Amino acid sequence: MRERDAVVDVKGLSKTFRVPKQHVMTIKERALHPFRRIEVDELHALRDVSFQILDGEFFGIVGRNGSGKSTLLKCLAGIYSADRGRILIAGRVAPFIELGVGFNPDLTALDNVVINGVMMGLTPREARRRFDEIIAFAELEEFLDLKLKNYSSGMQVRLAFSVMVQSDAEMLLIDEVLAVGDAAFQQKCLDQFHLLRDAGRTIVLVTHDMLTIERFCHRAMLLETGRLEEIGEPREIRRRYLELNFGREEGAAPARDRRWRGLSVAEAWVQAADGGRADALAHGEPLEMHALIDVEEPIEDARIWFWLDTDRQARIFAGNTDALGLPGRLEAGQRLHLRVAAPNALADGRYYVGWSATRGTAVPEEIAAFHPRACDFTVHGAPPDAGLVSLEHTVTLESALAEAPR
Amino acid sequence: MNAPAATVSPEAREMHGPSALGGSARRFLDLTWMIGITEYRLTYFGSVLGYLWALMRPLLLFGVLYVVFSQIVKFGEGIRNYPVLLLLNIVLFNFFQEATSRSVTAVVESESLVRKMHFPRMVIPLSTVLTAALNMALSLLAVMVFVAAYGVDPRPEWLLLPVLLVPLLAITAGVAMLLSSLYVRFRDVSPIWAVLVTALFYGSPVLYAIDSVPEAYQRAVLCNPIAMLLEQARHWIVDPSAPGAVEAIGGAGWALIPLAVFLAVCIGGFWVFNREAPRIAERL
Repeated sequence: MRERDAVVDVKGLSKTFRVPKQHVMTIKERALHPFRRIEVDELHALRDVSFQILDGEFFGIVGRNGSGKSTLLKCLAGIYSADRGRILIAGRVAPFIELGVGFNPDLTALDNVVINGVMMGLTPREARRRFDEIIAFAELEEFLDLKLKNYSSGMQVRLAFSVMVQSDAEMLLIDEVLAVGDAAFQQKCLDQFHLLRDAGRTIVLVTHDMLTIERFCHRAMLLETGRLEEIGEPREIRRRYLELNFGREEGAAPARDRRWRGLSVAEAWVQAADGGRADALAHGEPLEMHALIDVEEPIEDARIWFWLDTDRQARIFAGNTDALGLPGRLEAGQRLHLRVAAPNALADGRYYVGWSATRGTAVPEEIAAFHPRACDFTVHGAPPDAGLVSLEHTVTLESALAEAPR
Repeated sequence: MNAPAATVSPEAREMHGPSALGGSARRFLDLTWMIGITEYRLTYFGSVLGYLWALMRPLLLFGVLYVVFSQIVKFGEGIRNYPVLLLLNIVLFNFFQEATSRSVTAVVESESLVRKMHFPRMVIPLSTVLTAALNMALSLLAVMVFVAAYGVDPRPEWLLLPVLLVPLLAITAGVAMLLSSLYVRFRDVSPIWAVLVTALFYGSPVLYAIDSVPEAYQRAVLCNPIAMLLEQARHWIVDPSAPGAVEAIGGAGWALIPLAVFLAVCIGGFWVFNREAPRIAERL
């Protein structure tokens, strides 16, 4: 890797919010109790965080809810001021925060785009010139004269994302863009991430979605209660993240049993009839779920699990490799290709494929990898009102009168 | 990879949090102008009759006040060119009232901008003032036509009207900054200001001229910088025989009081807004 400069340099960044216990403070209360201290809760959103982001890097920030990742992004964007520490940034920054870039709902797309451009440092003329490209990218040509408040939330996000992507800022700060929008828009975002990454733009992405992190990021950072927990390879960060998440939420199982890392799911996809990867399947087509699994430590008693959930978390079916018998000794460095085929009897909707790998036959087993939503796809063309799955069945009809009990 | 080995790009500059001003002056002006003019279009050209309403409001108010105070209460007797004076005063005060009242909630209502973008915060109250100022500018044109039609002789002093507008804009901006930043913390600023601005309306020589005030109170009334501005406007435009503002308060020495009030409001408003600006986004 060639020597690259750091375009973001954060040292000892701390941010504390003082949240008054009783939020609404009126002047009357203040006047009546002039010497009463306002009781505040101190919320340490960030504590002594230091890191660097290199030029052209796709940098992920992950962490659980309330871990301070959004606060960090807002500090980078200059929306919050730091309490301690300093932030050095080279170049202009385009933020995309809380699913928006700061629009006025009473204005039309044109007004909003121009004002946003001026905020980003363009002259009004330049901002107007860029408008057409932005609208074309957002595919909103038909809705130019509509006030933004009449846009659907998906349309607003599309416009905002397009504004950010089309800005010529050197660095993009993105907060949870994939949380909304339809599948087509999400795909467009992902494609755009690829383009931006290849174009060498510096991108900072905050997300919960570990797969996005692994797919795009050069490096990632894990925050936990405002502290920097770990920074490094996306794969490593994902592990730590899952460990933190599942290690605590499933309190019953001892956390140390889950530290074994001998197996990991490298890729997961659903295959279309023509052999390519699919994100939409027609009802009745064969359903093939694939996964590539990396063996990182020698293992004798591995077992691989898979399951299929609806987007409402109902489990359609699940299975494991037991039917095959144990695969025998697996050597480190090996890559396994798993294939599960089933008839597609699913109703219309979105489905998630989960994969996990465990070791041992004892309970509790050691979990080596856990991907509850490793990939997803939609099904279309199912008969309406046919239920969750169309089970193979027969229908008979005959007169029952003669046999009816008297 | 983890170690801070990379050299920091020479272009890197410190990212400070949000501030009242900050950034290039050009962007600041562009932004204030864009937001102000868009808001203006939205407010006055949104409805079918659009701008007509904006003009009708002060005219209707003028109609009511004129009938009450010159036909029923006979208030304006003895004041030269009373209808013209009343109209001019209403337009000027209406600007102050509209700009400040709107500014109270301006920052809070721009929440979606403030929480997502880095830009000089002072753009918000200033663009509110600009919106009201554009409205006033158009109204003033109508007023000047009315003044000439009423039969007041045109005089070179009419051209000095913009000179009066500068301090009026300044004090309005000062109040707007003060109110908009305080409202983020104290929501009762809104009702309090509604009462205060009404008090100010009756406390300033809008409906009356300073000579109709009992002599003992004249000086007190004129401590209000807006009263001074209205009196000076009357002297220059409506009635040259009326005393100028400085003369009315009793000389340049006394005029220092409203000047001090004026400066206190302008600087105080800026100071408070500037102090609050970095934290506004967090408190919304």
